[in-house]
Amino acid sequence: MSGPQRTIPAPPVNTETKRFWEAAAAGTLLIKRCEACGEPHYYPRPICPFCGSDRTTWVETSGRGTIYSYSVFRRAPVPYAIAYVTLEEGPTMMTNIVDADLDGIRIGQRVRVRFTPTDGGPPVPTFAPA
Amino acid sequence: MTIKGKAYVVGVFEHPTRKADDVSLAQLHAEVARGALADAGLSKGDVDGYFCAGDAPGLGGLSMADYMGLKLRHIDTTETGGSSYVVHVGHAAQAIAAGKCSVALITLAGRPRAEGMATGTAPRNYGAAAPDVAFEFPFGPTVVNQYAMAAMRHMHQFGTTSAQLAWIKVAASQHAQHNPHALLRDVVTVDEVVSSPMVADPLHRLDCCVITDGGGAIVVTSPEVAKALARPRVRVLGAGEAVKHQAGGKIDLTYTGAVWSGPAAFAEAGLRPADVKYVSIYDSFTITVLITLEDLGFCDKGQGGKFVADGNLISGVGRLPFNTDGGGLCNNHPANRGGLTKVVEAVRQLRGEAHPRVQVKNCDVALAHGTGGSLATRHGSATLIMERES
Repeated sequence: MSGPQRTIPAPPVNTETKRFWEAAAAGTLLIKRCEACGEPHYYPRPICPFCGSDRTTWVETSGRGTIYSYSVFRRAPVPYAIAYVTLEEGPTMMTNIVDADLDGIRIGQRVRVRFTPTDGGPPVPTFAPA
Repeated sequence: MTIKGKAYVVGVFEHPTRKADDVSLAQLHAEVARGALADAGLSKGDVDGYFCAGDAPGLGGLSMADYMGLKLRHIDTTETGGSSYVVHVGHAAQAIAAGKCSVALITLAGRPRAEGMATGTAPRNYGAAAPDVAFEFPFGPTVVNQYAMAAMRHMHQFGTTSAQLAWIKVAASQHAQHNPHALLRDVVTVDEVVSSPMVADPLHRLDCCVITDGGGAIVVTSPEVAKALARPRVRVLGAGEAVKHQAGGKIDLTYTGAVWSGPAAFAEAGLRPADVKYVSIYDSFTITVLITLEDLGFCDKGQGGKFVADGNLISGVGRLPFNTDGGGLCNNHPANRGGLTKVVEAVRQLRGEAHPRVQVKNCDVALAHGTGGSLATRHGSATLIMERES
Protein backbone atom coordinates (compact mmCIF):
# COMPACT_ATOMS: atom_id res chain seq x y z
CA MET A 1 0.00 0.00 0.00
CA SER A 2 2.49 2.60 1.05
CA GLY A 3 5.79 1.87 -0.65
CA PRO A 4 8.10 4.61 -1.91
CA GLN A 5 6.17 7.73 -2.90
CA ARG A 6 6.56 9.73 -6.07
CA THR A 7 7.93 13.23 -5.56
CA ILE A 8 5.21 15.61 -6.68
CA PRO A 9 6.48 18.79 -8.35
CA ALA A 10 5.33 22.07 -6.87
CA PRO A 11 2.41 23.79 -8.64
CA PRO A 12 3.25 27.29 -9.89
CA VAL A 13 1.17 29.82 -7.93
CA ASN A 14 0.07 33.17 -9.33
CA THR A 15 -2.21 35.99 -8.18
CA GLU A 16 -5.15 34.33 -9.91
CA THR A 17 -4.79 31.08 -7.95
CA LYS A 18 -3.13 32.22 -4.70
CA ARG A 19 -6.36 31.81 -2.71
CA PHE A 20 -6.81 28.24 -3.96
CA TRP A 21 -3.35 27.21 -2.78
CA GLU A 22 -3.71 28.99 0.57
CA ALA A 23 -6.90 26.99 1.14
CA ALA A 24 -5.10 23.82 0.02
CA ALA A 25 -2.41 24.44 2.64
CA ALA A 26 -5.23 24.67 5.20
CA GLY A 27 -6.77 21.39 3.98
CA THR A 28 -9.71 22.78 1.99
CA LEU A 29 -10.46 22.14 -1.66
CA LEU A 30 -11.95 25.18 -3.37
CA ILE A 31 -13.67 25.45 -6.74
CA LYS A 32 -15.19 28.49 -8.42
CA ARG A 33 -18.85 29.22 -9.03
CA CYS A 34 -20.25 31.91 -11.30
CA GLU A 35 -22.77 34.24 -9.69
CA ALA A 36 -24.14 35.22 -13.09
CA CYS A 37 -24.93 31.80 -14.55
CA GLY A 38 -24.66 29.63 -11.45
CA GLU A 39 -22.23 27.12 -12.99
CA PRO A 40 -19.38 25.74 -10.90
CA HIS A 41 -16.08 25.24 -12.70
CA TYR A 42 -12.60 23.77 -12.29
CA TYR A 43 -9.70 24.53 -12.66
CA PRO A 44 -10.58 27.90 -11.11
CA ARG A 45 -10.55 31.07 -13.22
CA PRO A 46 -11.61 34.69 -12.56
CA ILE A 47 -13.65 34.76 -15.79
CA CYS A 48 -16.40 32.12 -16.03
CA PRO A 49 -15.65 29.66 -18.87
CA PHE A 50 -19.39 29.13 -19.39
CA CYS A 51 -20.87 32.64 -19.65
CA GLY A 52 -17.83 34.94 -19.61
CA SER A 53 -18.89 36.84 -16.49
CA ASP A 54 -16.22 38.11 -14.09
CA ARG A 55 -18.50 37.51 -11.10
CA THR A 56 -16.92 34.24 -9.99
CA THR A 57 -16.56 33.34 -6.33
CA TRP A 58 -14.64 30.72 -4.40
CA VAL A 59 -16.71 27.86 -3.00
CA GLU A 60 -15.61 25.27 -0.44
CA THR A 61 -16.23 21.70 -1.53
CA SER A 62 -17.06 18.71 0.61
CA GLY A 63 -13.90 17.06 -0.66
CA ARG A 64 -15.94 14.01 -1.67
CA GLY A 65 -16.23 12.56 -5.13
CA THR A 66 -16.15 9.46 -7.31
CA ILE A 67 -13.53 8.20 -9.74
CA TYR A 68 -14.59 8.98 -13.34
CA SER A 69 -11.53 7.32 -14.89
CA TYR A 70 -7.97 6.43 -13.93
CA SER A 71 -4.78 4.80 -15.15
CA VAL A 72 -1.91 3.27 -13.24
CA PHE A 73 1.30 4.35 -14.91
CA ARG A 74 3.37 1.17 -14.68
CA ARG A 75 6.40 2.48 -16.53
CA ALA A 76 7.24 5.15 -13.94
CA PRO A 77 10.13 4.52 -11.51
CA VAL A 78 7.45 4.60 -8.80
CA PRO A 79 4.12 3.55 -10.36
CA TYR A 80 1.28 5.93 -9.59
CA ALA A 81 -2.41 6.33 -10.34
CA ILE A 82 -3.59 9.35 -12.30
CA ALA A 83 -7.35 9.90 -12.28
CA TYR A 84 -10.26 12.16 -13.04
CA VAL A 85 -12.48 12.53 -9.98
CA THR A 86 -15.99 13.99 -10.23
CA LEU A 87 -16.71 16.13 -7.18
CA GLU A 88 -20.08 16.10 -5.42
CA GLU A 89 -20.39 19.73 -6.50
CA GLY A 90 -20.17 18.79 -10.19
CA PRO A 91 -16.82 19.49 -11.80
CA THR A 92 -14.41 16.69 -12.72
CA MET A 93 -10.74 17.26 -11.93
CA MET A 94 -7.37 15.66 -12.65
CA THR A 95 -5.72 14.18 -9.58
CA ASN A 96 -3.81 11.22 -8.16
CA ILE A 97 -5.32 8.37 -6.17
CA VAL A 98 -3.13 7.89 -3.08
CA ASP A 99 -3.05 5.57 -0.08
CA ALA A 100 -4.72 2.88 -2.17
CA ASP A 101 -3.90 -0.55 -3.56
CA LEU A 102 -3.01 0.36 -7.15
CA ASP A 103 -4.59 -2.89 -8.37
CA GLY A 104 -7.84 -2.24 -6.49
CA ILE A 105 -8.79 1.15 -7.96
CA ARG A 106 -12.12 1.15 -9.80
CA ILE A 107 -14.21 3.61 -11.79
CA GLY A 108 -17.14 4.69 -9.65
CA GLN A 109 -15.18 4.24 -6.43
CA ARG A 110 -15.97 6.84 -3.74
CA VAL A 111 -12.98 8.92 -2.73
CA ARG A 112 -12.16 11.78 -0.40
CA VAL A 113 -9.61 14.55 -0.81
CA ARG A 114 -6.28 14.09 0.95
CA PHE A 115 -3.75 16.81 0.31
CA THR A 116 -0.27 15.57 -0.57
CA PRO A 117 2.93 17.58 0.02
CA THR A 118 4.87 18.77 -3.02
CA ASP A 119 8.51 19.49 -3.69
CA GLY A 120 8.79 22.97 -2.21
CA GLY A 121 5.28 24.25 -2.93
CA PRO A 122 1.78 24.07 -1.47
CA PRO A 123 0.14 20.64 -1.14
CA VAL A 124 -2.00 19.43 -4.03
CA PRO A 125 -5.48 17.85 -3.84
CA THR A 126 -5.12 14.09 -4.22
CA PHE A 127 -7.79 11.58 -3.29
CA ALA A 128 -7.89 8.42 -1.20
CA PRO A 129 -10.60 5.75 -1.02
CA ALA A 130 -13.44 7.02 1.20
CA MET B 1 -18.21 30.08 -49.16
CA THR B 2 -17.13 26.49 -49.68
CA ILE B 3 -13.71 25.07 -50.52
CA LYS B 4 -15.25 22.13 -52.36
CA GLY B 5 -13.37 21.63 -55.60
CA LYS B 6 -11.40 24.85 -55.21
CA ALA B 7 -8.05 23.29 -54.30
CA TYR B 8 -6.01 20.23 -55.22
CA VAL B 9 -3.33 18.26 -53.40
CA VAL B 10 -0.66 17.92 -56.08
CA GLY B 11 2.46 17.02 -54.14
CA VAL B 12 3.18 14.81 -51.13
CA PHE B 13 6.41 13.54 -49.61
CA GLU B 14 7.28 11.43 -46.59
CA HIS B 15 10.92 11.55 -45.53
CA PRO B 16 12.39 8.04 -45.69
CA THR B 17 14.49 8.47 -42.53
CA ARG B 18 13.29 7.24 -39.17
CA LYS B 19 16.38 8.41 -37.25
CA ALA B 20 18.05 11.65 -38.28
CA ASP B 21 21.23 11.82 -36.25
CA ASP B 22 23.16 13.91 -38.75
CA VAL B 23 20.47 16.17 -40.20
CA SER B 24 19.34 19.40 -38.57
CA LEU B 25 15.69 20.16 -37.96
CA ALA B 26 15.71 23.03 -40.47
CA GLN B 27 17.36 20.82 -43.08
CA LEU B 28 14.67 18.16 -42.59
CA HIS B 29 11.99 20.80 -43.27
CA ALA B 30 13.82 21.89 -46.42
CA GLU B 31 14.32 18.31 -47.60
CA VAL B 32 10.64 17.41 -47.29
CA ALA B 33 9.70 20.67 -49.03
CA ARG B 34 11.97 19.71 -51.96
CA GLY B 35 10.45 16.25 -52.03
CA ALA B 36 6.85 17.41 -52.19
CA LEU B 37 7.56 20.10 -54.78
CA ALA B 38 9.41 17.56 -56.96
CA ASP B 39 6.47 15.17 -56.59
CA ALA B 40 4.13 17.91 -57.81
CA GLY B 41 6.41 19.01 -60.65
CA LEU B 42 6.72 22.49 -59.16
CA SER B 43 9.71 24.50 -57.95
CA LYS B 44 10.42 26.57 -54.89
CA GLY B 45 9.80 29.77 -56.79
CA ASP B 46 6.20 28.72 -57.39
CA VAL B 47 5.42 28.69 -53.67
CA ASP B 48 3.58 31.77 -52.44
CA GLY B 49 1.91 30.34 -49.32
CA TYR B 50 3.63 28.53 -46.43
CA PHE B 51 2.17 26.56 -43.54
CA CYS B 52 3.96 25.08 -40.53
CA ALA B 53 3.33 24.44 -36.84
CA GLY B 54 5.13 24.20 -33.52
CA ASP B 55 7.71 21.71 -34.77
CA ALA B 56 9.34 24.34 -37.01
CA PRO B 57 12.49 25.78 -35.39
CA GLY B 58 13.12 29.33 -34.28
CA LEU B 59 10.32 31.73 -35.12
CA GLY B 60 8.56 28.99 -37.06
CA GLY B 61 7.27 30.27 -40.37
CA LEU B 62 9.58 33.27 -40.33
CA SER B 63 12.69 31.20 -39.67
CA MET B 64 11.78 28.58 -42.25
CA ALA B 65 10.86 31.12 -44.94
CA ASP B 66 14.25 32.74 -44.32
CA TYR B 67 16.10 29.40 -44.37
CA MET B 68 14.41 28.10 -47.51
CA GLY B 69 14.29 31.47 -49.27
CA LEU B 70 10.54 31.56 -49.82
CA LYS B 71 8.78 34.60 -51.28
CA LEU B 72 5.39 34.54 -49.57
CA ARG B 73 2.12 36.43 -49.78
CA HIS B 74 0.34 34.11 -47.33
CA ILE B 75 1.54 32.48 -44.10
CA ASP B 76 -0.32 30.36 -41.51
CA THR B 77 1.31 28.80 -38.46
CA THR B 78 -1.80 27.36 -36.83
CA GLU B 79 -0.73 25.06 -33.99
CA THR B 80 -3.09 22.26 -32.96
CA GLY B 81 -0.47 19.63 -32.15
CA GLY B 82 -0.36 16.58 -34.39
CA SER B 83 -3.57 17.58 -36.15
CA SER B 84 -2.03 20.87 -37.36
CA TYR B 85 -1.16 19.67 -40.87
CA VAL B 86 -4.66 18.39 -41.59
CA VAL B 87 -5.93 21.79 -40.46
CA HIS B 88 -3.33 23.38 -42.76
CA VAL B 89 -4.70 21.61 -45.85
CA GLY B 90 -8.14 23.05 -45.11
CA HIS B 91 -6.70 26.49 -44.45
CA ALA B 92 -4.61 26.29 -47.62
CA ALA B 93 -7.74 25.46 -49.61
CA GLN B 94 -9.49 28.48 -48.06
CA ALA B 95 -6.58 30.77 -48.88
CA ILE B 96 -6.42 29.48 -52.45
CA ALA B 97 -10.20 29.84 -52.89
CA ALA B 98 -9.93 33.42 -51.65
CA GLY B 99 -7.05 34.19 -54.01
CA LYS B 100 -4.57 34.77 -51.20
CA CYS B 101 -2.06 32.29 -52.62
CA SER B 102 -1.89 29.78 -55.45
CA VAL B 103 0.78 27.26 -54.38
CA ALA B 104 0.70 26.37 -50.68
CA LEU B 105 3.53 24.40 -49.06
CA ILE B 106 3.01 22.59 -45.73
CA THR B 107 6.00 21.10 -43.88
CA LEU B 108 6.54 19.00 -40.77
CA ALA B 109 9.81 17.66 -39.32
CA GLY B 110 11.29 16.51 -36.05
CA ARG B 111 14.07 14.55 -34.35
CA PRO B 112 12.66 13.11 -31.10
CA ARG B 113 14.70 9.89 -31.45
CA ALA B 114 17.99 11.62 -32.22
CA GLU B 115 17.36 13.96 -29.29
CA GLY B 116 16.43 11.11 -26.93
CA MET B 117 13.11 12.73 -26.01
CA ALA B 118 10.95 10.83 -23.47
CA THR B 119 8.00 11.30 -25.75
CA GLY B 120 5.10 9.56 -24.11
CA THR B 121 6.42 8.64 -20.71
CA ALA B 122 7.48 11.95 -19.13
CA PRO B 123 4.91 14.60 -18.19
CA ARG B 124 5.12 17.53 -20.57
CA ASN B 125 5.30 20.99 -19.06
CA TYR B 126 4.43 23.87 -21.34
CA GLY B 127 5.58 26.44 -18.76
CA ALA B 128 4.20 28.06 -15.63
CA ALA B 129 2.03 30.47 -17.63
CA ALA B 130 -0.02 27.65 -19.17
CA PRO B 131 -3.28 28.01 -17.21
CA ASP B 132 -3.71 24.27 -16.64
CA VAL B 133 -0.17 23.53 -15.43
CA ALA B 134 -0.69 24.04 -11.69
CA PHE B 135 -3.80 21.85 -11.76
CA GLU B 136 -2.45 19.02 -13.89
CA PHE B 137 1.36 18.79 -14.05
CA PRO B 138 1.84 17.83 -10.37
CA PHE B 139 -0.24 14.70 -10.99
CA GLY B 140 2.13 13.35 -13.64
CA PRO B 141 0.02 13.51 -16.80
CA THR B 142 2.00 11.85 -19.60
CA VAL B 143 0.72 11.48 -23.13
CA VAL B 144 0.16 7.78 -22.60
CA ASN B 145 -1.65 7.87 -19.25
CA GLN B 146 -4.00 10.59 -20.45
CA TYR B 147 -5.00 8.52 -23.50
CA ALA B 148 -5.15 5.49 -21.20
CA MET B 149 -7.81 7.19 -19.07
CA ALA B 150 -9.97 7.60 -22.18
CA ALA B 151 -9.48 3.91 -22.95
CA MET B 152 -10.32 2.92 -19.36
CA ARG B 153 -13.53 4.93 -19.44
CA HIS B 154 -14.52 3.52 -22.85
CA MET B 155 -14.04 -0.02 -21.53
CA HIS B 156 -16.09 0.77 -18.43
CA GLN B 157 -18.95 2.44 -20.26
CA PHE B 158 -19.17 0.31 -23.42
CA GLY B 159 -17.47 -2.98 -22.59
CA THR B 160 -14.62 -2.42 -25.03
CA THR B 161 -11.80 -4.95 -24.54
CA SER B 162 -8.02 -4.93 -24.86
CA ALA B 163 -8.32 -7.61 -27.55
CA GLN B 164 -10.58 -5.34 -29.62
CA LEU B 165 -8.09 -2.47 -29.30
CA ALA B 166 -5.31 -4.88 -30.28
CA TRP B 167 -7.00 -5.52 -33.64
CA ILE B 168 -6.14 -1.93 -34.62
CA LYS B 169 -2.43 -2.61 -34.12
CA VAL B 170 -2.77 -5.96 -35.88
CA ALA B 171 -4.28 -4.27 -38.94
CA ALA B 172 -1.52 -1.61 -38.96
CA SER B 173 1.14 -4.33 -38.77
CA GLN B 174 -0.46 -6.28 -41.62
CA HIS B 175 -0.05 -3.15 -43.75
CA ALA B 176 3.42 -2.17 -42.48
CA GLN B 177 4.97 -5.47 -43.60
CA HIS B 178 4.71 -4.15 -47.18
CA ASN B 179 6.29 -0.74 -46.40
CA PRO B 180 10.10 -0.91 -46.71
CA HIS B 181 10.43 2.37 -44.79
CA ALA B 182 8.25 1.30 -41.84
CA LEU B 183 10.02 1.26 -38.47
CA LEU B 184 8.17 -1.90 -37.41
CA ARG B 185 7.53 -4.40 -40.21
CA ASP B 186 6.77 -7.54 -38.22
CA VAL B 187 3.17 -8.73 -38.31
CA VAL B 188 1.79 -9.05 -34.77
CA THR B 189 -1.16 -10.97 -33.35
CA VAL B 190 -3.84 -9.93 -30.87
CA ASP B 191 -2.15 -12.14 -28.26
CA GLU B 192 1.18 -10.44 -28.82
CA VAL B 193 -0.39 -7.01 -28.32
CA VAL B 194 -2.25 -7.86 -25.12
CA SER B 195 0.74 -9.70 -23.67
CA SER B 196 3.20 -6.87 -24.40
CA PRO B 197 4.27 -4.93 -21.28
CA MET B 198 1.64 -2.72 -19.68
CA VAL B 199 2.65 0.93 -19.95
CA ALA B 200 -0.38 2.69 -18.46
CA ASP B 201 -3.49 0.60 -17.70
CA PRO B 202 -5.11 -0.46 -19.99
CA LEU B 203 -2.64 0.46 -22.77
CA HIS B 204 0.19 -1.96 -23.54
CA ARG B 205 3.42 -1.13 -25.31
CA LEU B 206 1.97 -2.33 -28.62
CA ASP B 207 -1.07 -0.06 -28.19
CA CYS B 208 1.36 2.86 -28.54
CA CYS B 209 2.72 4.45 -31.71
CA VAL B 210 6.36 4.49 -32.68
CA ILE B 211 8.76 7.36 -31.99
CA THR B 212 10.53 8.45 -35.16
CA ASP B 213 12.51 11.27 -36.69
CA GLY B 214 11.75 12.60 -40.14
CA GLY B 215 8.85 14.53 -41.53
CA GLY B 216 6.77 15.20 -44.57
CA ALA B 217 5.33 17.88 -46.80
CA ILE B 218 2.21 18.60 -48.82
CA VAL B 219 1.63 20.96 -51.76
CA VAL B 220 -1.88 22.32 -52.31
CA THR B 221 -2.74 24.43 -55.32
CA SER B 222 -5.49 26.00 -57.39
CA PRO B 223 -7.47 24.16 -60.10
CA GLU B 224 -5.67 26.20 -62.76
CA VAL B 225 -2.18 25.21 -61.59
CA ALA B 226 -3.24 21.59 -60.94
CA LYS B 227 -4.57 21.16 -64.47
CA ALA B 228 -1.16 22.09 -65.92
CA LEU B 229 0.64 19.40 -63.89
CA ALA B 230 1.29 15.80 -64.88
CA ARG B 231 0.31 14.15 -61.58
CA PRO B 232 -3.07 12.49 -60.91
CA ARG B 233 -5.39 15.14 -59.55
CA VAL B 234 -6.64 14.84 -55.96
CA ARG B 235 -9.39 17.31 -55.22
CA VAL B 236 -10.23 18.69 -51.78
CA LEU B 237 -13.95 18.16 -51.14
CA GLY B 238 -14.41 19.17 -47.54
CA ALA B 239 -12.58 20.04 -44.36
CA GLY B 240 -13.62 20.44 -40.74
CA GLU B 241 -11.75 21.46 -37.64
CA ALA B 242 -12.62 21.59 -33.95
CA VAL B 243 -11.09 22.03 -30.53
CA LYS B 244 -12.39 19.94 -27.66
CA HIS B 245 -11.50 20.84 -24.07
CA GLN B 246 -12.52 20.18 -20.49
CA ALA B 247 -15.57 22.46 -20.66
CA GLY B 248 -14.88 23.99 -17.25
CA GLY B 249 -14.84 20.57 -15.61
CA LYS B 250 -17.69 18.85 -17.51
CA ILE B 251 -15.19 16.25 -18.69
CA ASP B 252 -16.36 13.46 -21.00
CA LEU B 253 -13.60 11.15 -22.19
CA THR B 254 -15.83 9.09 -24.49
CA TYR B 255 -15.76 11.38 -27.50
CA THR B 256 -13.41 13.72 -29.36
CA GLY B 257 -13.71 16.85 -31.48
CA ALA B 258 -14.24 14.54 -34.45
CA VAL B 259 -17.95 14.68 -33.59
CA TRP B 260 -17.80 18.26 -34.89
CA SER B 261 -14.99 18.23 -37.47
CA GLY B 262 -16.32 15.07 -39.15
CA PRO B 263 -19.88 16.24 -39.86
CA ALA B 264 -18.54 19.62 -41.01
CA ALA B 265 -16.24 17.94 -43.53
CA PHE B 266 -18.91 15.52 -44.74
CA ALA B 267 -21.44 18.34 -45.11
CA GLU B 268 -19.03 20.39 -47.19
CA ALA B 269 -18.16 17.38 -49.34
CA GLY B 270 -21.83 16.41 -49.71
CA LEU B 271 -20.92 12.84 -48.74
CA ARG B 272 -21.58 10.30 -45.99
CA PRO B 273 -19.22 7.86 -44.22
CA ALA B 274 -20.51 5.06 -46.46
CA ASP B 275 -19.04 6.87 -49.48
CA VAL B 276 -15.47 6.68 -48.13
CA LYS B 277 -13.28 3.90 -49.53
CA TYR B 278 -10.17 4.47 -47.43
CA VAL B 279 -9.42 6.26 -44.13
CA SER B 280 -6.21 7.57 -42.60
CA ILE B 281 -7.01 7.87 -38.89
CA TYR B 282 -4.57 9.40 -36.43
CA ASP B 283 -3.21 6.50 -34.41
CA SER B 284 -1.10 7.83 -31.57
CA PHE B 285 -2.62 4.92 -29.65
CA THR B 286 -5.09 2.22 -30.57
CA ILE B 287 -7.81 3.96 -28.53
CA THR B 288 -7.39 7.13 -30.61
CA VAL B 289 -8.49 5.22 -33.72
CA LEU B 290 -11.40 3.45 -32.05
CA ILE B 291 -13.00 6.59 -30.59
CA THR B 292 -12.37 8.59 -33.77
CA LEU B 293 -14.07 6.01 -36.01
CA GLU B 294 -17.15 6.20 -33.77
CA ASP B 295 -17.09 9.99 -33.74
CA LEU B 296 -16.80 10.21 -37.53
CA GLY B 297 -19.89 8.04 -37.89
CA PHE B 298 -18.32 4.84 -39.27
CA CYS B 299 -20.11 3.00 -36.43
CA ASP B 300 -22.33 3.92 -33.50
CA LYS B 301 -20.89 5.34 -30.28
CA GLY B 302 -19.71 2.47 -28.12
CA GLN B 303 -19.59 0.00 -31.01
CA GLY B 304 -16.00 0.80 -32.04
CA GLY B 305 -14.63 -2.33 -30.39
CA LYS B 306 -16.83 -4.61 -32.45
CA PHE B 307 -16.23 -2.52 -35.57
CA VAL B 308 -12.43 -2.78 -35.53
CA ALA B 309 -12.28 -6.46 -34.54
CA ASP B 310 -11.62 -9.44 -36.78
CA GLY B 311 -9.59 -7.56 -39.36
CA ASN B 312 -12.23 -5.05 -40.40
CA LEU B 313 -9.53 -2.37 -40.90
CA ILE B 314 -7.21 -4.59 -43.00
CA SER B 315 -7.01 -3.74 -46.69
CA GLY B 316 -8.44 -6.53 -48.83
CA VAL B 317 -10.00 -8.18 -45.77
CA GLY B 318 -12.26 -5.75 -43.95
CA ARG B 319 -14.88 -3.15 -44.83
CA LEU B 320 -12.84 -0.07 -43.97
CA PRO B 321 -9.12 -0.24 -44.84
CA PHE B 322 -7.14 2.20 -42.70
CA ASN B 323 -3.55 3.45 -42.47
CA THR B 324 -2.22 1.25 -45.26
CA ASP B 325 1.32 2.60 -44.77
CA GLY B 326 1.37 1.07 -41.29
CA GLY B 327 0.37 4.37 -39.68
CA GLY B 328 1.87 5.78 -36.54
CA LEU B 329 1.52 2.44 -34.82
CA CYS B 330 4.07 0.75 -37.11
CA ASN B 331 5.42 3.01 -39.84
CA ASN B 332 6.18 6.56 -38.80
CA HIS B 333 5.15 9.25 -36.32
CA PRO B 334 7.63 11.98 -37.25
CA ALA B 335 8.15 14.67 -34.62
CA ASN B 336 5.48 12.95 -32.50
CA ARG B 337 2.97 14.51 -34.87
CA GLY B 338 1.14 12.14 -37.18
CA GLY B 339 -1.30 14.35 -39.04
CA LEU B 340 0.80 15.04 -42.10
CA THR B 341 1.57 11.41 -42.92
CA LYS B 342 -2.16 10.68 -42.67
CA VAL B 343 -2.77 12.99 -45.62
CA VAL B 344 0.20 11.55 -47.52
CA GLU B 345 -1.08 7.95 -47.46
CA ALA B 346 -4.63 9.06 -48.33
CA VAL B 347 -3.24 10.84 -51.40
CA ARG B 348 -1.22 7.74 -52.36
CA GLN B 349 -4.42 5.68 -52.19
CA LEU B 350 -6.38 8.14 -54.33
CA ARG B 351 -3.58 8.21 -56.91
CA GLY B 352 -3.38 4.41 -56.92
CA GLU B 353 0.22 4.69 -55.69
CA ALA B 354 -0.09 2.78 -52.42
CA HIS B 355 1.80 -0.52 -52.22
CA PRO B 356 0.00 -2.99 -54.54
CA ARG B 357 -0.63 -5.36 -51.63
CA VAL B 358 -2.59 -2.69 -49.72
CA GLN B 359 -3.96 -0.53 -52.57
CA VAL B 360 -7.74 -0.18 -52.22
CA LYS B 361 -9.58 -0.97 -55.45
CA ASN B 362 -11.48 1.90 -57.05
CA CYS B 363 -10.35 4.26 -54.30
CA ASP B 364 -12.20 7.38 -55.38
CA VAL B 365 -12.93 8.99 -51.98
CA ALA B 366 -10.59 9.05 -48.97
CA LEU B 367 -10.68 10.66 -45.55
CA ALA B 368 -7.74 11.79 -43.42
CA HIS B 369 -8.20 12.68 -39.78
CA GLY B 370 -5.80 14.29 -37.31
CA THR B 371 -5.94 14.46 -33.51
CA GLY B 372 -3.46 16.57 -31.56
CA GLY B 373 -3.08 17.13 -27.84
CA SER B 374 -4.69 15.30 -24.91
CA LEU B 375 -7.47 13.03 -26.11
CA ALA B 376 -10.93 14.34 -25.19
CA THR B 377 -9.64 16.95 -22.73
CA ARG B 378 -7.59 19.45 -24.75
CA HIS B 379 -7.04 18.58 -28.37
CA GLY B 380 -7.47 19.64 -31.95
CA SER B 381 -9.46 17.55 -34.42
CA ALA B 382 -9.27 17.94 -38.16
CA THR B 383 -11.07 15.99 -40.88
CA LEU B 384 -10.22 16.19 -44.57
CA ILE B 385 -12.15 14.53 -47.40
CA MET B 386 -10.58 14.23 -50.84
CA GLU B 387 -11.46 12.57 -54.12
CA ARG B 388 -9.63 11.37 -57.18
CA GLU B 389 -10.70 13.41 -60.17
CA SER B 390 -11.53 11.02 -62.96
